[in-house]
This record gives sequence, C-alpha cells and structure tokens, in this order.
Amino acid sequence: MRRGVSWASYCALGLTLFFSGCAQPEEPADFVIVNGSEPESLDPAIITGQAESRIVRCLFEGLVRLDPKNASPVPGIADKWDILEDGNVYVFHLRSNAVWSTGRPITAEDVVYSWKRVLEPATAADYAGQLYFVKNAEEYNTGKLKDFEQVGVKAVDARTVRVELVGPTPFFLDLCAFTTLAVVPRWTIEKYGDRWLTSENLPSSSTHVLESWRIQDKVRIRKNPLHWDAKNVQNEIVDFLPMDSAMTAMNLYESRQADILWDKTLIPSELMDVLSKREDCHRFDYLGTFFMRFNTTRKPFDDPRVRKALALVIDKKRIVERITRGGERPADHFVPKGMVVYDPPPGLGYDPELARKLLAEAGFPGGKGFPSFQYLSKTGKQDEQIGVEIQAMFKEHLGINMELNQKEWKVYLSAQGKLDFDVSRSSWIGDYNDPNTFLDMFMSNNGNNRTGWKSVKYDDLIREGNLKVDPQEREKILQQAEILLVREETIIAPIYFYAGINFYRPDELTGIYPNLLDEHPIWAIRRVKRGSN
Amino acid sequence: MYFLKRILGMVPLLLIISFLAFSLIRMAPGGPFDRERKPASPEIERNLAAKYHLDKPVWKQYLIYLGDLAKGDLGPSLKYRNHSVNDIIKQGLPVSLMLGGFAFCFAMGVGIPLGFYTAIRRGQWGDYIGSFFALLAFCIPAFVVGPLLIMFFSMKWKIFPVALWETPLHFILPTVALGLYFSGRIARLMREGMSNTLHSEFITTARAKGLSEAAILWKHAFRIAVLPVVSYSGPLLADLLTGSFVVENIFRIPGIGVFMVNSTLNRDYTMVVGLVLLYAVLLLALNLLVDFSYSLLDRRVRYE
Repeated sequence: MRRGVSWASYCALGLTLFFSGCAQPEEPADFVIVNGSEPESLDPAIITGQAESRIVRCLFEGLVRLDPKNASPVPGIADKWDILEDGNVYVFHLRSNAVWSTGRPITAEDVVYSWKRVLEPATAADYAGQLYFVKNAEEYNTGKLKDFEQVGVKAVDARTVRVELVGPTPFFLDLCAFTTLAVVPRWTIEKYGDRWLTSENLPSSSTHVLESWRIQDKVRIRKNPLHWDAKNVQNEIVDFLPMDSAMTAMNLYESRQADILWDKTLIPSELMDVLSKREDCHRFDYLGTFFMRFNTTRKPFDDPRVRKALALVIDKKRIVERITRGGERPADHFVPKGMVVYDPPPGLGYDPELARKLLAEAGFPGGKGFPSFQYLSKTGKQDEQIGVEIQAMFKEHLGINMELNQKEWKVYLSAQGKLDFDVSRSSWIGDYNDPNTFLDMFMSNNGNNRTGWKSVKYDDLIREGNLKVDPQEREKILQQAEILLVREETIIAPIYFYAGINFYRPDELTGIYPNLLDEHPIWAIRRVKRGSN
Repeated sequence: MYFLKRILGMVPLLLIISFLAFSLIRMAPGGPFDRERKPASPEIERNLAAKYHLDKPVWKQYLIYLGDLAKGDLGPSLKYRNHSVNDIIKQGLPVSLMLGGFAFCFAMGVGIPLGFYTAIRRGQWGDYIGSFFALLAFCIPAFVVGPLLIMFFSMKWKIFPVALWETPLHFILPTVALGLYFSGRIARLMREGMSNTLHSEFITTARAKGLSEAAILWKHAFRIAVLPVVSYSGPLLADLLTGSFVVENIFRIPGIGVFMVNSTLNRDYTMVVGLVLLYAVLLLALNLLVDFSYSLLDRRVRYE
C-alpha cells in the first residue's frame, strides 16, 4: 500500500513537471518563415547575412526602403530627396508622420546618430564600408579623423538630413536602403549597451516590432500600428524559424507548419530534381557568382597565360547540369546579368584548343613540367563534387594535376585571407543592384581581393567609372574594368551564377515577387488562404 | 569527509579544464571574425579584436576571463553578439535537460526490465528475442532512428509532429530517438550484471536457505546486478543532459546540443569554454553522485 501511494505521487509530480514545462500555446502567426541559421545579431550595424537582414528590415527602416516587386529603392523614412551638385550632395526630407513604435518622432538627429554609430570604431561594424561613400566617413571609421563634425552627414533641421559624398555615387540610394544604414533608437542603445536588442519594448522604426526572440527557437514580429505605412502592412504576426537542417525544413513545410522556405540551402539537394518541377518552387536569377580565384603571387599563376589556360578549360555548363542542378546559369563573366545600369561584357568562353596553346607558350607544352597544385575549398558535398569535376577537366585537357584541399569553413576563410592557396573556390553575393558591389572588391587595397593582384589601371577604371554621372559612360568604363579582370588578366575564373529558389504555396500567400536581390519585404506578404494538411 | 574532499578537488580540475579549452580553441586556425567578406578596412578588424580582448596575449585573456568567471559571467558570445553565453545556456539548457531527462527515463525504463528479463530467461526464446532487440537498439544510431521515426509516425501516420519543441506530443519522438541507443546499452549491461550475480555464492546461499525466487531476484540479486548500470548512468546522464547535436538538429529542438558542436566550428571562443565547463561540472557532479549511491546500494562499499 505504502509503495503504491509513493508511486502514484511520483507519477503526479512527474506529470506536473512535464506540463508546467510547456507554456500556453501561442497565438498562430499569419505565416511561418524558415529562415536559415540562427541570426547572429539583429543589430543593423553588426549583421552581415541575409537571414538577419530579412528580420532587421522589419524592425529598422532606412531613409529609403526596397520595393517588393523589383527591390529598387523607394521612399522610406524620407518621403523625398533632392540630388544636388551633380550627384555629390543628397538632401533627404523626412516624412512628418515617421515615428518610432513608441510614438516618438523619428528625427534627422536619429539618422545622423545611427550612421555615426556604424562609423564609430568602438562599434566595430563589419559593414561600415557601406558608408565610405560619405565624405570623410572612412577617415572617421579608421580613426584618422576624430571630429565627427567633418563627416559629410548633418541634420539641417529636425526633418532634413544633408549628405555630402566623396563623389557622385550612382548607387547611393541603394546603399541607403541597406540595413547597415537603418535608423536605430539612440536612447535604448545608450541605456542597455550591447544587449539593447533583448531589452523589453524595443522601439522599432519599421513596419513591425520584435515580440520575442528565443535563440535557436523562434523570432516573432508583430505589426507596428504606428508605422507611417501601417495601413498597407499585409500581416499581423510573422514567425521566423532558424534552421540548419534541410530535411527538417522540408518536413515542416510539407506538414504545413512552415509556409516559406527562403534559402536554397534549406532544400534537400537530393530531391531537387523532383521538387523543382512543383508549382510551389519559385526559381529566379540571383545576384551571386561562384568562381575560382588564382593566387597571383604564386608561380606559375603569376603568368596570365597560365590563368587563362585554366579558365578556358572549365566546362561550366557541365557543372551546372551535373552538379548544382538548381537552375544555376554558367558564368562567362563576373557580374551577373540583369542589372538595370550594366550589361556585363562577354568573357573567355570554353576553348581547350586555345588553352593548350597558351599553356605551351607559358612553357608547359602538354602540361609537362607544370607543378602539382592545390584547389582550396570548403567541406561539403557539392564543393567536393565541383572540385573533382574541375580536377578532371584540367587533367583531361591540359594534362596537369590538381589536388583537392578541403578545409573546414573557418580554416578555409583564414587560408584564403592569408593568400595561403594556389587556386581557391570562391563566391560572392551582391549587396545592391549595381556592378560596383562586384567589381570594387578587386581593387588593390580591398580586403576581399584575396588574389594578391594589384592593378593601378583597374583601380583607376573603377574610381573613374564611379565618378561619371552619365550612366552610359559609366557602364563603358566599368565594362573595361571587368574585361581586364576576367578576359585580359584573368584574375578569376567565373563558373556559375547562383539561382535563387523560394518555396511557398502561391494559392496561400501573395506579395512575394522574384527579384535579383532575393529581397521580399515582409510587410507586403499576405495570407489569402489557410490550407489544410 | 571523503565527499567534501572530492568536491574541493574539483576546483583545480575545473581550472585546468577551462585553461585547456581556452587555449586549445585559440590554437585552431581561423577565428570568430573570419568571414566570407572582409570588413572594409583592417582597422575594423582590429577594433573587433580589441573589443573582445583578442588582441592581448592568451594568458592575459585568460586572467580577464577568470575574473569574469568568478562573478559567474561566462562572457559575451562572439558569434551571437547580442547574447551572453549565460543567456544562451539559460535558454537552451532547460530544454536539453528536459529532453535528456526524458531520454534517460526512457533508456532506464526500457533497458533495465529488458536486461532483467533476458537474464532470467537466459538461453530461452524470450532471451533471444529480447537480446536481439537490445542489440538492434544498440546498433542503430540516432541519425537513422530519428528520420525513420519521422517518416512513419509523422509523415505517414500523422500521429506526432515532425519537429519543434512545443507540446508534450512534440517530446515523444525525440525522446525515443535519443533514448533508444542507450536503452540497448543498458539492457546489455543489466543482463550481464544479472547473469554474473545469479552465479555468485551469496545467491546460492540464499537459495539454500529456501528463499522464494522472487525474493532472491529482487532483494538480493537486483541490487548488485544494477551496479554496472548505476556507474554507467553518471556519464550517461551528463551526456544526455547537455543535449544531443544530432537529435536537436533533426527535430529542431532549441537546446544547447547544437551549440556544443557549432560553437567549435564558429570559433565562438567564449561559448566553447562555457559549454566545456558546464559539461565538466555536470560530469564531475554526477560521477560523485554515482559513487555516493554505490555506498547505499552495496554495503561492501565504504568510503574513507
């Protein structure tokens, strides 16, 4: 009897504990987004990734924001602006009804503070470079200039921001729509320091407020009723689920616990052939390039003929058709097609005959005497397959031996940064709809160059191009730079352009439009039908 | 007295462990702020390093770390820069504890009876069938069991949710996926322990005294036979409570198991050391508890 009672009480205790552990079920969200890895931060000055920026755009708006259809800059906190002095000066006029979610008006001072914070050395903002087009911003960020008064951003009055640039920057409005330049609440940041984002009632300058953020679990946002465009916000509650496993993501989507899969890495590649034929699979061209870097400081890759020979025998079509299979396009040039202001020039193409000739001229006829070298890449099945494929192409057409050197992600990045490689797997995703986001990285002193190539001619072309006000003139000059990079010097060998893939059921959600930047403002998305499992 | 000494002995041990973790992770190539795109200027990188003291020599960094640790602060995460390591553990550990606790109960609840049963049915059909299942559970890893469970119970029969950690229904599949392997192990340990005990002299004495079979099995044999399981349960519990990378990943459970692995890959230095310390404390404490329960179960064991 005694034993019986104690067992019963243990069971009761156990059950109580069991159910006390689970809180009341939450209100259902309008829709649930599977968002890739856990956001590293939600601080506009700190974030660098797309998973983070999707959420941050809902919480902090910039002077301009992105149009849901084509991701071009449209009025945000500023409802109009004047471009003066041949594009050297921008004057932004803040709208009178722009307020924080707390009701406080958003002022020009808030904008200046937010930009200053990004440039402040102590903030250590990775993306501070997005503001380097503002006069003296670089000097301030690198500590060469201590007085912020000399930086080219000023609050003329409570609702006017005047920005002076280092030169006419045709893509400056695109930069203003970038999350790094978003407006953040000064008083909260000053009160809570590094942990301001986890403070209660976080003020928002954008369409939603942060309701909860449970790490590795869920980020929930709710419509901000005080936003200037609140009447056009198409949803009330949106959940973002951080997720690393593609299988789990697909399982949740298929069982209707998630509505949008927003990252190609969240789609099981084994199932791509089947899934890509479904009508909820939305494929579009994307502003990203997969390519190969040559280390121009190492022999024999210091010889352009060698680099060219290698680039000429990579059969890109074979790689996208046999390995990536997600609708990627073979890349002949570096800047993806589809930008409004730029048409990329053709690259080298595929020509093993010419490649053999060039290699012979460089002193390696039939690959004789060519040293064995390594292809630095990161771990991962697809990267390995691409490496093996390129290895075979080099062997078959040029008779040279390439070894594969797969490294863990951080080790790979560190080796690439230190120029500790012969040739390296590389990729780049554009930040804004302008060729500069691709081309300026190969300027001599850019930290992303990572090829050891320093060309005064290239630097001059990029600088000169960005100073041109006439779009056609600018395009011509930037095309010359790309020709130099890809065709004449062949510092890189472009391989393919990324494709974006979104999964959502088009009969249930509206307001998602394919665009080059893969940007889909959350406020425009609306649930029209709730499907059943 | 003995246990007090053991507890005091843990302090220098934890210091050594923390120092090893602290310096070893810093020796690995690549750092927390290495990214695909470099900051616009080397100054930004220097600012970042300075902000987290990474520009100082390792011993100095370690002293700063110890100073914070004494206040119970494990430092800011270098990867998740709006959170401290304390925050992340505070959010993730209860979930991992819950999952680990369930899986432990499952493993014990299935393993011990199964081992007990197969031992007393030794050489009979019941033994063969039970041992076969124990071996099967022992051989199939969680990354196979998990997806199989999801495929049948969630996708096909729609009994349980596919993933996430919300209602009690969500808890069942992860518990089984995590506990199954250990239930197999425990069944084998239990069977072994029971078979050995049943052959020992005091059981023969008990039988000679004419005790009932039930009394022999439960009162005398079980207490001794369960000892290997008890000593295994310490490290097992530490293992289960600190989360499982595989199971948390498959079922997208917001525990700390995922951080155990990812923090190393991300070179999130503070997080690695914090989690190593957490694991070490749990392991040492549970081992102590195991030793203590030995003295209760087996009267022959005395600690001086």
